[in-house]
Amino acid sequence: MNSKIADRIATGIFTSLALIIVAVLVALFSFILIRGVPQISWEFLTTPSSTVREGGGIRDQLFNSFYILFITMLITVPLGVCGGIYMAEYAKPGKITNFIRSCIEMLASLPSIVVGMFGLLVFVNTTGWGYTIIGGALALTIFNIPVMVRVSEDAIRTVPPEQKEAGLALGITHWHTIKTVLIPSAFPGILTGAILASGRVFGEAAALLFTAGLSTPRLDYLDLNPFSETSPLNIFRPAETLAVHIWSVNTNGIMPDIREIANGSSAVLVLSVLVFNLLARWLGSIVHKKVTASK
Amino acid sequence: MTETITEHKTVFDVKDMNLWYGNTQALKNLNLEIPENQVTAIIGPSGCGKSTFIKTLNLMITRVPGVHMSGDILFNSQNILKDRIDLVNLRKQIGMIFQKGNPFPQSVYDNVAYGPRIHGVKKKKQLDEIVESSLKDVALWDEVKDRLNSSALGLSGGQQQRLCIARTIATKPRVVLMDEPTSALDPVSTLRIEQLISELKNQYTIVIVTHNMQQAARISDQTAFFLHGEIIESTDTGSLFSVPVDRRTEDYISGRFG
Repeated sequence: MNSKIADRIATGIFTSLALIIVAVLVALFSFILIRGVPQISWEFLTTPSSTVREGGGIRDQLFNSFYILFITMLITVPLGVCGGIYMAEYAKPGKITNFIRSCIEMLASLPSIVVGMFGLLVFVNTTGWGYTIIGGALALTIFNIPVMVRVSEDAIRTVPPEQKEAGLALGITHWHTIKTVLIPSAFPGILTGAILASGRVFGEAAALLFTAGLSTPRLDYLDLNPFSETSPLNIFRPAETLAVHIWSVNTNGIMPDIREIANGSSAVLVLSVLVFNLLARWLGSIVHKKVTASK
Repeated sequence: MTETITEHKTVFDVKDMNLWYGNTQALKNLNLEIPENQVTAIIGPSGCGKSTFIKTLNLMITRVPGVHMSGDILFNSQNILKDRIDLVNLRKQIGMIFQKGNPFPQSVYDNVAYGPRIHGVKKKKQLDEIVESSLKDVALWDEVKDRLNSSALGLSGGQQQRLCIARTIATKPRVVLMDEPTSALDPVSTLRIEQLISELKNQYTIVIVTHNMQQAARISDQTAFFLHGEIIESTDTGSLFSVPVDRRTEDYISGRFG
């Protein structure tokens, strides 16, 4: 076959595949948004949910989702970046390193329901905490750390070795070179990893069912003492997230407006992930510009 | 060009130095004295060990897995191959310029201020002075003084290489090692770097690896010719190029191989 024709066919195939992917995405988004957005109102976002009556909102679930996300990232990002630095800069190539890498990859592919069961055993029963935000966050950390380690390692490895040599040749210690040369250069990659991990946290239900629980206590948003029972900031309280709420409303809800709540919650979930990603990228680019002086 | 080398203090004294990558011997029985405030050029065909040699002088070579060495390299009355050497301290005194300019992805100012900052200069005024004088020393000040806060990666290749030299001399080293510093540059930028080298030797000892013999002849005071990991001939540049003693040196500098 003529190579020009082959080239044209290949271009055609890839273009149509890309179009299919975009079409599926657009269809999915419009389906969720068209059915969900009409349900979203200020009231829907600011009223607590109701188990039996019509007109319940998602105030607490929305807050819980962001709060668990925050706590999870607070644990995941430092640990994951440190792991990535270790794998990229300190681990000597060899059997042990390969073993660690296999473990990380295996951890990344664990089904989230298994992580949830593990969380139930360890963070709920063994610790005696019961269903808590911290338990949920730790369970989510377990399956986010591998992603974070992997992404950070790759990001650090893609920094040109000349820059590292430049640092070392200036008489800078290894750690200082990592801190002032490698991490700033790897920052965009690490940020992308963190955003991907956040998306997973936001949408995760299975791992949270048995760790953060299916209920939220009555919260008083003016109570900011994190040790108070009714404070939203208390990390030792049960917390149903938005994704879990969608699941539980759909499977065992007894209120009359199940469909409306599920549709509205799904739309809010999708939009929140979108807004969160955009915000994170925007903040990240400001930080990156400041560090690298690029335009 | 025939001034005698013995007038100058010796900075590096290399004695019977051997180096192996695993089982392959890359440097054989090297003996060389590198005089202070002079330009020493290392020439030779590709693969002769000249880059390996220059990287042993600041021990960057020890980053390569499987490298081992024997013999002595005396620097500051310390044997850097045998004594316990603080690498950070050693490399503070021995700066290095690489084949391709490798500025950090930061502003021009931060690049030059990087070394001094980490080595403890905190005051803004003092840093400003160091940055300005370093950039003036490499004749880059007038070109970048209005864009000190923009990214160093926006400079041209020649400017980037001069910025890297400024970054190195900002830490006030005794020696500046240059590993084919102009091999990625155009003739005009090359000429500027060469002029710069001739000016810098008043303050620093310079060792330069080059595959360009004309360059070695133009800028160096002493030249060592490497072949297959051995030093075939080393003497003042004038005599090496006009009356080479060894047949192989003559063949190389007259362009018969390499």
